Amino acid sequence: MNTNNNTAIEAHELTKRFGHFTAVDAISFEVKKGEIFGFLGANGAGKTTAMRMLCGLSIPTSGKATVAGFDVYKQTEHIKKSIGYMSQKFSLYEDLTVKENIRFYAGIYGKSDAFIKQKTAFLLKELHLEEEANKLVKSLPLGWKQKLAFSVAIFHEPEIVFLDEPTGGVDPVTRREFWNMIYQAAESGITVFVTTHYMDEAEYCNRVSIMVDGRIDALDTPAQLKKTFEAKSMDEVFLKLARKAKRSGD
Amino acid sequence: MPSVIANNLAKQYGKKKDIVQALKGVSFEVEKGELFGIIGPDGAGKTSLFRILTTLLIPDGGSASVDGFDVVKDFKAIRQRVGYMPGRFSLYQDLTIEENLEFFATIFNTTIEANYDLIKDIYSQIEPFKDRRAGKLSGGMKQKLALSCALIHKPSVLFLDEPTTGVDAVSRKEFWEMLRSLKQQGITILVSTPYMDEASLCDRVALIQGGEILSVNTPGGVIASFQHPLLAVKGDNMLRLLTDLKNFEGTIDAYPFGEYHHVVLKDGYSEASVTNYLQQHNYHQPHVQTIRADIEDCFIALMKTEVDSPFTIHQ
Repeated sequence: MNTNNNTAIEAHELTKRFGHFTAVDAISFEVKKGEIFGFLGANGAGKTTAMRMLCGLSIPTSGKATVAGFDVYKQTEHIKKSIGYMSQKFSLYEDLTVKENIRFYAGIYGKSDAFIKQKTAFLLKELHLEEEANKLVKSLPLGWKQKLAFSVAIFHEPEIVFLDEPTGGVDPVTRREFWNMIYQAAESGITVFVTTHYMDEAEYCNRVSIMVDGRIDALDTPAQLKKTFEAKSMDEVFLKLARKAKRSGD
Repeated sequence: MPSVIANNLAKQYGKKKDIVQALKGVSFEVEKGELFGIIGPDGAGKTSLFRILTTLLIPDGGSASVDGFDVVKDFKAIRQRVGYMPGRFSLYQDLTIEENLEFFATIFNTTIEANYDLIKDIYSQIEPFKDRRAGKLSGGMKQKLALSCALIHKPSVLFLDEPTTGVDAVSRKEFWEMLRSLKQQGITILVSTPYMDEASLCDRVALIQGGEILSVNTPGGVIASFQHPLLAVKGDNMLRLLTDLKNFEGTIDAYPFGEYHHVVLKDGYSEASVTNYLQQHNYHQPHVQTIRADIEDCFIALMKTEVDSPFTIHQ
C-alpha cells in the first residue's frame, strides 16, 4: 500500500466477519495527520469492530489498513505503542490517585522517570488538579475524570488518539471544555479519531464518516455533507442515512 | 392532587471525608398525566432521585409522595402502582421475551392478556421473537421489552431512568414517539435524560445539576426566561473567532455550538455591534445572526449563574 507521510490512517476494503455476519463490510478511507476525524454510525453499524481493528486488537478478515504507517495484521504491537485510547466506559483506575493513574499509564508506554515527572507537573497545572493530585480518581466529578482520562491517553505523545464516545453524559459546559482540549491536541499534531452520539459535535470535526450496516455510506466535511444530503444540520444528515439501516442496534 | 411530590429531598453517600451530596434539597411536583423530564448530566442526582421515588432508597432529608402515598411509610402501596425502568438493563437474561413478561405480570397478580392493550404498540414489535432469550436481544429490542415489563401491571406512574443514553439518534426518536402514545393513555411519566434536545419533547422539565434543581418550567418557559440577546456567529477561522468573541466588551459568554459559536450579549449590545467589532478585527463578511436560545443555551447559562447570570430565576 502506498502510505505517504501525511497519512495517519489508511484503510482499503477493510472487512471483518463473525461467522456469516459481516460486521465491517469493505470500508475504505484515509485520515490525514493532525485531522479531527468523526466516525459516526447508528448502534450496531460496526463502529466498535472497525475501531478494534485499527487499534490492533482484532485481526481483519480481509482488506488492508495501516495505522501510523504500521500494518494492522503484522505490526499490531507497533500500532499499540503509537496510539492513545480513551472510552467513556473505561479509562482510569478509580482506586488509584490522579498521580498514580498518570504514573501507571506512562510507565506502560515505557516513558522515563524524568519525562513522567516533568510532564506530570505540567499536566496537573494545566488541568488545575494540583490540589487533587493525591486524591482517588473516584472522588472526582465525571467531567474532571473525562478531561484527565484524555490527558492520560495522550500523555505518551502518540501519533493518533482514538476516542470512543468520550463525552457521553457529560454536562454541556464540560463537553465544550473537552472539545477545546481535542482542538489543542490536533493543533500539536496529534490525529484525533472520535465517535459520538452528539450531532453538534460532528460539526467540530474536520471530516466525518457515517457507517450504516457495516459500510461507510458517506464521508466528507460537515458543510459538504449537509449540501449533498440537502440537510440543515448534521442531525438531519445522520437521520437520512441511518433510517436506511436494515440491521437493528447492538 | 399532584401525582408526584418531592419536598426538599436530600441524599448523601459515603462517610467522613468522602461524603458525596447526591441531592441537596430537591423540590418539584408532577401533575397527573404529565410527561415530565428530569434533564441533567451524569452525576446530577437523577438516579438517586428516581430510586427514592420508587421506594428503593430512603432519603436522608425531606419527603416525597407518589399518588398520595409516602415513599417511606407506604412503600408497599407505591410499589403496586408504579412502573420502573432502571438505566441498566435488568431483566432476566436467560428467560425468553415472553417468560420475562409473564414473570412480571404474575408478580403483580395479573396476566399479559389483561393489560395487552396498553403494551400492544410496543410489544407487537418484538412479539415475533418471543421465544428468544433476553440476553440475545439487540439494544433496541431490550429497551422495548423492558418498557413492556414496566407497563404490564398498568402502573399509574412510570419512571424511566435514562432510557435513551448511549442510544443513536434514530432509536431515540422512536423511543420518544412511544412515550407520547403512552401519555395519551393517561399514564404519568417521569423520564430522565442527559440529552438537552429531548427537553422540548416533555410537557415540563426540571433541569438538574450537582444535586440541585436549576429550573422547573415548560420547555417554552425555560427558553422565555433567557433574557439577554443571543447570537449565532460563523467566520473563517472558528478557533480564533471564539477567542475574539470572548474578548468583545459586550460579551457575557461565548461557546461553540455545532457549526456556529453562540454569543450571549450584555443588554445594549446587538448584532450590529458584533458585526462592527469583527470587521474591525479583519473578518470578511462574518455571519452574525440573532437567534432564540434553546434548552442547552439555558442550561449553560444556569450552570454559570454564580459568575454572571444572563438569567432571571422565576420561582
